[in-house]
Amino acid sequence: MGYSTELKNHQNEQHKFRIRLLILILLVLAAFSALASRFYFLQVHRYDYYQTLAENNRISIVPITPNRGLISDRHGVILAHNFFVYTLEITPSKTDDLQDTIADLSKIVEVSPTDLKRFKKLRAQSHTFESIPIRTHLNEFEAARFAVNRFRFPGVELKSRLFRHYPYGTLATHAIGYISRINENDLKKLKEHSELSNYKGTEHIGKAGVEQAYEQELHGVTGFQQVEIDADGRAVRVLSSASPTSGNNIALSIDAKLQEIAEQEFAGRRGALVAIQPATGEVLAMASMPSFDANLFVDGIDYDNWNLLNNSLDKPLINRALKGIYPPGSTFKPFVALAGLESGKRLPPYTISDPGYFMLPNSRHRYRDWKPSGHGSVDIRKAITVSCDTFFYGLAMELGIDRLTDFVRHFGFGEKTNLDIQGELSGLLPTPDWKKRRFKQPWYMGETVIVGIGQGYTLVTPMQLAHATAVLANSGKAIQPHLVNAIINAKTNAVKWLPHVVADQLPIHPDNLALVRQGMIDVTKPGGTAASVGANASYNIAAKTGTAQVVGIKQNEKYNEHAINERHRDHAWFIAYAPAEDPKIAVAVIVENGGHGGSAAGPIARKVMDYYLLGKLPPVVIPEGAELVVNAAEETHDATGLVEEAHD
Amino acid sequence: MIKKWFTQFIRHIDSVLLATVLMILVVALMTLYSASGQSMAKVNGQLMNIMVMVGVMLLAANTQPQHIERIALPAYLFGLLLLVAVALIGDVSHGARRWLNLGVTKIQPSELMKLAVPIMLSWYFSKREAQLSSKDYAIAGLILLAPVLLIAKQPDLGTATLVFASGFYVIFLAGLSWKFIFGSAVAFGAALPVLWSMLHDYQRRRVEILIDPSQDPLGAGYHIIQATIAIGSGGTTGKGWLNGTQSQLDFVPERTTDFIFAVFAEEFGLVGCCLLLVLFTIIIGRAFMIASQAKNVFSRLLAGSIAATFFTYCFVNMGMVSGILPVVGIPLPLVSYGGTSLLTLGLSLGLLMSVHSHKRLVATD
Repeated sequence: MGYSTELKNHQNEQHKFRIRLLILILLVLAAFSALASRFYFLQVHRYDYYQTLAENNRISIVPITPNRGLISDRHGVILAHNFFVYTLEITPSKTDDLQDTIADLSKIVEVSPTDLKRFKKLRAQSHTFESIPIRTHLNEFEAARFAVNRFRFPGVELKSRLFRHYPYGTLATHAIGYISRINENDLKKLKEHSELSNYKGTEHIGKAGVEQAYEQELHGVTGFQQVEIDADGRAVRVLSSASPTSGNNIALSIDAKLQEIAEQEFAGRRGALVAIQPATGEVLAMASMPSFDANLFVDGIDYDNWNLLNNSLDKPLINRALKGIYPPGSTFKPFVALAGLESGKRLPPYTISDPGYFMLPNSRHRYRDWKPSGHGSVDIRKAITVSCDTFFYGLAMELGIDRLTDFVRHFGFGEKTNLDIQGELSGLLPTPDWKKRRFKQPWYMGETVIVGIGQGYTLVTPMQLAHATAVLANSGKAIQPHLVNAIINAKTNAVKWLPHVVADQLPIHPDNLALVRQGMIDVTKPGGTAASVGANASYNIAAKTGTAQVVGIKQNEKYNEHAINERHRDHAWFIAYAPAEDPKIAVAVIVENGGHGGSAAGPIARKVMDYYLLGKLPPVVIPEGAELVVNAAEETHDATGLVEEAHD
Repeated sequence: MIKKWFTQFIRHIDSVLLATVLMILVVALMTLYSASGQSMAKVNGQLMNIMVMVGVMLLAANTQPQHIERIALPAYLFGLLLLVAVALIGDVSHGARRWLNLGVTKIQPSELMKLAVPIMLSWYFSKREAQLSSKDYAIAGLILLAPVLLIAKQPDLGTATLVFASGFYVIFLAGLSWKFIFGSAVAFGAALPVLWSMLHDYQRRRVEILIDPSQDPLGAGYHIIQATIAIGSGGTTGKGWLNGTQSQLDFVPERTTDFIFAVFAEEFGLVGCCLLLVLFTIIIGRAFMIASQAKNVFSRLLAGSIAATFFTYCFVNMGMVSGILPVVGIPLPLVSYGGTSLLTLGLSLGLLMSVHSHKRLVATD
């Protein structure tokens, strides 16, 4: 009985299996019939068509490169566009003798040694069947002369190519970036992203700034023509084609005029300025001085110009706004002050009596105030206004390094702002953990003390400091800064606005914010450290000056601005937002080796704010007020000698 | 004595399978000679591969299915281990991590899994023969998905798909319920938009090009255009051996490996194509017959899966070359140049023969 059930089961199973097999067999027959009919379709039904194609064959696919998207400022001023130029190109594999060809060619159009050098460089990087430009930017006359003589030059072709041009040259170069010839590295990246075929025929790619970060938007989709070619490789007939899709246009948040004013106001000095709209995170200006002409790179920069830029002591190629890291100096104080208020440790009517120095318990080391005689009785508002070091030494010690850094981190210190272009550094917000990892050393209390005045290991980029100022102006709400406002479809003009990303939202008591703001407004009023900056302003400016030390000063030495080498002079910082009651713009300026923040960096910020808020430049001459002279010696910190040199 | 041993040895050979395979191989060598620009070196190389393949086939045909069953689990676990090793320390080439460098030689463990997975699953179902529950199908699913996901991650979507197919056929033949099959098909269809939205732009573009190569006329689309011209211009009777202009003039890409069918179709025409389809159908049909006659669960599942997988290779390759299926790098069985795929095929065919001849032995003994 049991045996027969099993047998029955077995047969039952086998039966089910065979039904499944049958289904698979039907699948096979169906699939193979589909294949057979496809073969019939291709080989019988469409035979004539394919036969003709194969006969005359040679089908070649010619890419049609799309127009690269334009870049404009926030008001539509074009900052990067394309124009057609004639280029002469040689395909080495098609020439009989390359040397002779070039020699003959130079009798018809001028070929300079620079052209030759570039040709050789490019030739070394490409295959012999690729066409390489020997001359670019031919004028109409030269083009015509070559066209007449064309038959004498097999393998040489006159091509009309789109070139990128930056009409304002050096303006905002570090924000816009530039494009340059595609190299091996770019090819590898394109391959990884399966973009290689979309770049057939494209010779340039974004290498820096917005041109690099928004490459995908700007490039567009390459079109193609399927053409029949004759034995000489000339197109005879177009079989099918797909037009290219132009890259999207990009509208920056940068205001070109504002940017121009900022760059002009540096008047040859080194430094950086970043201006941000606090409520939106839109970067209104991002200057890194000196700048350079991006047009030099488009066509492959020549050796001499490259050396000049690369070896310059002023380092024009480095984007100081994102890559320059400096101690924030006293510009750090408003943030520390807010930490003191929010922790409840420095709420009014708390005051100290400043003897001109601060000492840790059980230590005889004096942390000196920039004003040797001290500031007298100081509350938190006055501490900001007069930039009282003693006040902040004590506050930092009482808060402790962890509480201090945890608080100011909300303003973006020690972290990248995640600006929408590459290359940003994150600065440094030192903590005991960090020091242990980095130096394998314990944290000392003295190091906490000097963090209170923005010295020690603390490092920021101008972008970070501008962002932090914008967060402060925006009552603790951090909007990620960005350079691109909108992406515009070149064909339909449809505008895609990029969203404003809220990066952090720190709840701060309005009274505390008001107190810090009042201290900062007083900075630009008579008695403040930047009184001259606020002179004759029709709106209130909340600001803070600062100094970043370049060379450490020993305990008993005195800093003398005039006696030391210009490049060892302190860097001047200035941060501000205005109008103080309803902030529309937040600015951070650093002037390298500028000395004092109020006199060197402040006026630049003022002119930028005047233009943005009032639409005009202030009177050219700054009144030489008495405050300016009095306050010039502000904040020449010695700290402890632990102060690191500022990096640039 | 030797004669007796030899007759013992070859009595496991299935003459129908062998004859058909040999016929295809002759055509394949001719096509290869033409496609390689009449290079005897390439043909000799492939002859060496064929000899290895036949050797493996004979050995496998002489191995009893019970012995294969015994190595199912170890072979599977070994393969899985190698795949994990590849993921961790494998060599990267062309942006994918597929090879394991053993110092002396490099191996590609995913190739091993093409057989190890169906063998493992067939063994699993034969163990659970008496009372199959849905839990068993779930476990079988895990056995299948673990290697498939590892291979897909390399990334090698072509091989992953084939390994998946070979294992899925086993589960299907073991009686996976129709409810589940349709249910998961519907679920997958519903999940597609969600998956799609999770992809990066460039990943989407890759998928789009995979489905419709004409979107990438400068890359994959070019291959398809040229291959289609080659096939179409072959006409009814073909341009004749060594006379395929498309193929001889370098227009057909990968023409000794993945796209060799385009060369064949151009030179031998519709007649040749249909004959080749018939030969493939004979192999597949014979394999299904072996499966349906097999006397135990392991043998019939394995044989059925081998047959269906062989079909899948043929269909996907010819479909891709003639432009009705996406371009995935899959060789045409027995025809494309290359030792690895022949080795796997030899093993598969040998296993089929073993199942068939040992069934007879078991039955008569």
